[in-house]
Amino acid sequence: MQKSLQDNLFSDLQTLLGERARDGDFELGLYGKDGSVLEGRPSIVCLPQSTSEVQEIVKICRRYDTPFLARGSGTGLAGGAVPIGEPVIIATAKMNKILEVDLDNRIAWVEPGVLNLDLSNELLPLGFHFAPDPSSQQVCSIGGNVANNSGGPHCLAYGVTSAHIAALEVVLPDGQIAQFGDLTADGAGYDLRGLFVGSEGTMGITTRIAVRLTQNPPEVRTLLLDFADVRDGAAAVSAIIAAGLIPAALEMMDKRAIEIVEAFVNAGYPTEADAVLLVELDGLPGGVEYGVELVRSVATRHHVGNVRVAADEKERALLWKGRKNAFGAVARIKPDYYLHDTVVPRGKLVEVLEKVYRIADAHDLIAINVFHAGDGNLHPILAFDSSEKGVLERVHAAGRAIVTASIEAGGVLSGEHGIGLEKRDYMGMLFSAHDMATQDLVREAFDPDGFANPLKVLPTGSRCSDSFGQHVPDGAWV
Amino acid sequence: MPEEISPEVLAFATEIGSSGLVTVAGGRTQWTVGGSPLEGVREVTAPSGIWAYEPEEMTVRCGAGTTLQELSAALSKYGQMVPFDLSPSATVGGALAVGRSGYRRLRYGHIRDFVLQVRHIDHKGQVVSAGGPTVKNVSGYDLCRLMVGSLGKLGCLAEVTLRCLPIPQTSKWLTGRQDPFDVFAKLYRPSAILWDGDQVWVCLEGVSSDVEAQSDLLDLEETAVPPRLPDRGRMSLAPKALKTFDRPSGNWVAEVGVGVVHMEQPNADPAISNINLSLMRELENRLDPGGRFNPGRKVLSE
Repeated sequence: MQKSLQDNLFSDLQTLLGERARDGDFELGLYGKDGSVLEGRPSIVCLPQSTSEVQEIVKICRRYDTPFLARGSGTGLAGGAVPIGEPVIIATAKMNKILEVDLDNRIAWVEPGVLNLDLSNELLPLGFHFAPDPSSQQVCSIGGNVANNSGGPHCLAYGVTSAHIAALEVVLPDGQIAQFGDLTADGAGYDLRGLFVGSEGTMGITTRIAVRLTQNPPEVRTLLLDFADVRDGAAAVSAIIAAGLIPAALEMMDKRAIEIVEAFVNAGYPTEADAVLLVELDGLPGGVEYGVELVRSVATRHHVGNVRVAADEKERALLWKGRKNAFGAVARIKPDYYLHDTVVPRGKLVEVLEKVYRIADAHDLIAINVFHAGDGNLHPILAFDSSEKGVLERVHAAGRAIVTASIEAGGVLSGEHGIGLEKRDYMGMLFSAHDMATQDLVREAFDPDGFANPLKVLPTGSRCSDSFGQHVPDGAWV
Repeated sequence: MPEEISPEVLAFATEIGSSGLVTVAGGRTQWTVGGSPLEGVREVTAPSGIWAYEPEEMTVRCGAGTTLQELSAALSKYGQMVPFDLSPSATVGGALAVGRSGYRRLRYGHIRDFVLQVRHIDHKGQVVSAGGPTVKNVSGYDLCRLMVGSLGKLGCLAEVTLRCLPIPQTSKWLTGRQDPFDVFAKLYRPSAILWDGDQVWVCLEGVSSDVEAQSDLLDLEETAVPPRLPDRGRMSLAPKALKTFDRPSGNWVAEVGVGVVHMEQPNADPAISNINLSLMRELENRLDPGGRFNPGRKVLSE
């Protein structure tokens, strides 16, 4: 962007937001990254506090022909919040109020910057929670969950974010304010709400969200099962589901993950095991008891070692602490990691896991597996040290090979992290050119000029309006 | 490479072709929702048949013309279901195109949340795939949800992949006279609470000890069947609004906790804001510019 234009844009945003419009080097660097290993650079960072401020920012951006990018907590792992084409960042961190809890309608209206776990903690005494619970739930925002249609361990039984969003207030890419969905059962017309959830900020910016509240289960049991052979563990996963049980969560960790996590949190994970399953059953007491016994008997058929049932809430929290801190624990062996996210049919878990290990070996990387086994959602972590010369190329090549292996096994590109920038150019592995052109027709109905988070989700070439394509910075690794 | 398209879907695409008006007929169980189809228009039916069912994956892929009866028969052999709760002669594609959930939505959610992958035929007669075949997937823009409730105005559903659930061990209906909102507040995830302004019907599902314990919380008697749901009108309210709504004339049955009211009395469609209306019209113009599909039926009234 021309220097004088940039100065005028900043000055207009500053008039609107005061010190909440920023263009210092530190901020621009910070907001150039998200949870992925990709990096770009924004032109300006804005921290609005209201819908009308978001609307004004969008209008100002449009006046200066500058794209914009909504950002929640920036924990996304697919580069969806990495700025490409020097956009203005609209960070929702200061829009963090729970506006209304409406138990009669079993919804809560929240601002997009409310953190996922803060919402569930607030609802706890009322007997309800927000079901999607990504591993990053302590820091990720509800707005980000909407953008990515996020999942989490408990989505096996409760479904992903889309099923838990009743309505959204949205600032459209042309600056108009709309509401998609409402509190009524069916809504009216086409399902714009369903289309918006998971659109990664390319159809507008959500400024108020009506989330559905889920009743807290009267009974919860958490089991840790260890297996001497990872293949038995994976077979037990399929067998548990095939027996007609849908646990609230069904997570798996491989040997390396167990070792790293145990050293980090001391949860008493069996470090001699080849794999562990963390199984959670919830609901009414009879169903939970039935589930525990069924898991026990299925696991026994698949040569389980120990079955540890958490005795109390404290032990349960400890077992989950291991699972939810696995990614952070990786820092004990390497300073950086690249977390993948693909889904394969449950029956192909072992086959694809073995391929993942082989791919990592071939690229001289360490693979660690902690994942949502119940829905076949693999999360291979490639641990590395970014100061090592040429390592990113190896990580990139291994990543592509893992995605290819998953799709060959009948899987998909992403379970819950989204497409963003990371997987944008992989879309052709799953979709024909015509499929993607149709997706773009739909996206364009909301943003014909490509101002909202440009160059994400669909590969360049399948989009009609790649007007900001020339600005892909050298630093962005796609 | 993208998955191969089945010959049945390709044949359906050829049949639809790239020109002329087309009406897609399912089981004609909700045939006039959105208006009666224009007479004299070429009628086509989507292919039927269970094409891939993997009980251990809990997913099923079938032609959109498959009846719910055929689907249920295949799934129940393995103790599974897709809880659509509509007429057995309705088709899977028809049920999704109309987009009205059955009476157990309170527990199982909207039928759109069972859709994993959809293949539809577009106005050019080409196949479009959206979503993915696994129980969980984020695969670009969610055209699957857009298709649910579209009355086939944006494309003709050809093939769908659905998520299945285990059939609960016990399923029990109770009825009597008790405040339905009190019933709703007392229970943990009931499958249905229906209410006609006087009598209440409750569906409880799960293992038998839980079903018994939950029934003990209520002052209701067991009954064999749910009430007949009137189907000439349908109102969609917020759950709370059922407490105070203007009761329609004629018989009606409301889904407590959900907000749907099934009525004898026909009613007008709810209003759509101008901004949403223009976005929706834009989607129609982009996906079916010539207005080929299902003339006479409308998602958006004039």
